[in-house]
Amino acid sequence: MDSNTQQIRTRSFAPSLSQTAIAGPSTSRSGSPAAEDPSPSPVRSFLHARGSSAGSDRAFRWLMVACALTIFAIVALIATELVMRSEMSIKKFGFGFFVHSGWDPVTGDYGALPFIYGTLLSSLVALAIAVPLSVGLAIFLTEMCPGPLRSPLAFLTELLAAIPSVVYGLWAVFVLVPILRAHVNPVLGATLGWTTLFTGPNYGIGMLAAGVILAIMILPIISSLTREVMSAVPYAQREAVLALGATRWEMIRMGVLRNARIGIVGSVILGLGRALGETMAVTMVIGNRPEIVRSLFAPGYSMASVIANEFSEASDDLYLSALVEIGLALFLVTIVVNALARLLVWAVTRGAPVRVAA
Amino acid sequence: MEQQLPRSNNSTTRNLVDHVATGLAVLSTILVVTPLVAIFAYLLFKGASSLNLAFFTQVPKPVGEVGGGMANAILGSGIILAIASLMGVPVGIAAGIYLAEFGRNTRFANVVRFTADVLNGVPSIVMGIAVYSLIVLPQKHFSAFSGGVALGIMMIPTITRTTEEMLVMVPNSVREAALGLGLPNWRSVLSITLRTASPGVITGCMLAFARVAGETAPLLFTAFGNSFWSTNLNQPIAALPLQIYIYAISPYDDWHRLAWAGALVLILLIVVSVALVRYVASRGTLKGAA
Repeated sequence: MDSNTQQIRTRSFAPSLSQTAIAGPSTSRSGSPAAEDPSPSPVRSFLHARGSSAGSDRAFRWLMVACALTIFAIVALIATELVMRSEMSIKKFGFGFFVHSGWDPVTGDYGALPFIYGTLLSSLVALAIAVPLSVGLAIFLTEMCPGPLRSPLAFLTELLAAIPSVVYGLWAVFVLVPILRAHVNPVLGATLGWTTLFTGPNYGIGMLAAGVILAIMILPIISSLTREVMSAVPYAQREAVLALGATRWEMIRMGVLRNARIGIVGSVILGLGRALGETMAVTMVIGNRPEIVRSLFAPGYSMASVIANEFSEASDDLYLSALVEIGLALFLVTIVVNALARLLVWAVTRGAPVRVAA
Repeated sequence: MEQQLPRSNNSTTRNLVDHVATGLAVLSTILVVTPLVAIFAYLLFKGASSLNLAFFTQVPKPVGEVGGGMANAILGSGIILAIASLMGVPVGIAAGIYLAEFGRNTRFANVVRFTADVLNGVPSIVMGIAVYSLIVLPQKHFSAFSGGVALGIMMIPTITRTTEEMLVMVPNSVREAALGLGLPNWRSVLSITLRTASPGVITGCMLAFARVAGETAPLLFTAFGNSFWSTNLNQPIAALPLQIYIYAISPYDDWHRLAWAGALVLILLIVVSVALVRYVASRGTLKGAA
């Protein structure tokens, strides 16, 4: 089970519904009482004012505020450190760093384009595989699954999120890559070779392997969030559509998916954010070659993996600085992607009663 | 509903579409579950056959010698995770207390919450670079401590958000009862509110722990790895995920075998803690709040 999904799972309600909501926001499906607001109660302020421990209370309060501020401090610290350490490369290459495709530590020629390309392409392949599967899984689990199967299946998919990246990588190297090389790639090459996406020498290792393993890794995030927004759609919606004579699929399409769509988009973007920054498993199967090749069979390189592979060997300052700049770019991109996803998911789940996450 | 039902009243087609959709959903479920089962089966098959006593008692052997274990990596992971928890758990819980008890509905709290969520999405490798330039570069050497700091930072947002969510569930009457007995506010928060929510808070801490226990990327240039016994916080130290990575990309069969064994041990560690979390959560999250 994943921390990201864990957080969002607790508040759920579709915004398009909250206006037409039949049940007020305080009626929770899970039966837990609505969250109470502790601050403005007159009893409490009376008791506070009467207390003889105002000093220690104030100290405690400030201590808690300080810890909350730590979170800001961490983000600010990461940003300043990254900017500071990449200053040399930023000054030397400017914006051209991101559109230039050389990578030669010997001559001091650095450009991040191959890595950006590799990160984007492997993430897109991952999304292309993971999104239909996870939405299908979510539909099955929320709308079709027989009761006794639901909980074990949900637990199983959450287990996928608990497996560490390096173990995925290990499995990919010794199981997935041989399967791709021997069985999947020849078939893809024969049937879809005309798209030029599946051509060239078949090493097994490469963009496609990276995309597939990434897809397996982001599946649980997307599907559990999708499941959450879908189950936030009130039953009255489903019943209304069914009462009009819809089949089950029409009910899912019109009653559920339509109302949950913003949340689903949010969860897909969150999965994208995870895929962009994923390091270990990708590093182990992507092939680690800084080239831009159209074919998915070809080895490539991603932003995170070039850092993982070369950072501790970076001998001179400019090399290190260029690697940190790639890290900075990754940091900024994932922040934007995550913020966007959060806003979308928050828009859907805002104002809902808090439920127990588990 | 702003949308109309399909114009075609041909119920055969509609039923057919319904069946196809059902079939696709079932198919995607099978496709998701298959790799999961495959990964676990492979891990058990490969890992269990490579596990032996030496794995838990010996340090890695040099290249070419058969045998050896990951005892130092297990110890190293324990040390790094202990540092991380010492750092991440108190700060995370305190920030959660602020969000739930003091800052509720304030704009500042919303910003903190949002920042925590964003921090949660920062790639772990970036965390590694930041800690490297913050601690390792000034000190000029890799260290167990810096690895612990990197993982500790990664634990904070998860713990903060779950703590907040659990505290919000505690009913106001509990707080008022505590204050009514004359407890100072800090005492009421720590011994009554936090205590009532403790199963959920523990869940959050375990989740964060399980998440960082398998992290490799931030340790690559902080803890760095070590082939020998080391308990010195100021020296490079071995860690289980790191050792698995090094062995997995090596060209030696015996090291691959050890990597599978290490992966099995790591997974067991994580699955046991996740299962524990579910057990605790199913037993007591609603204690006092229901």
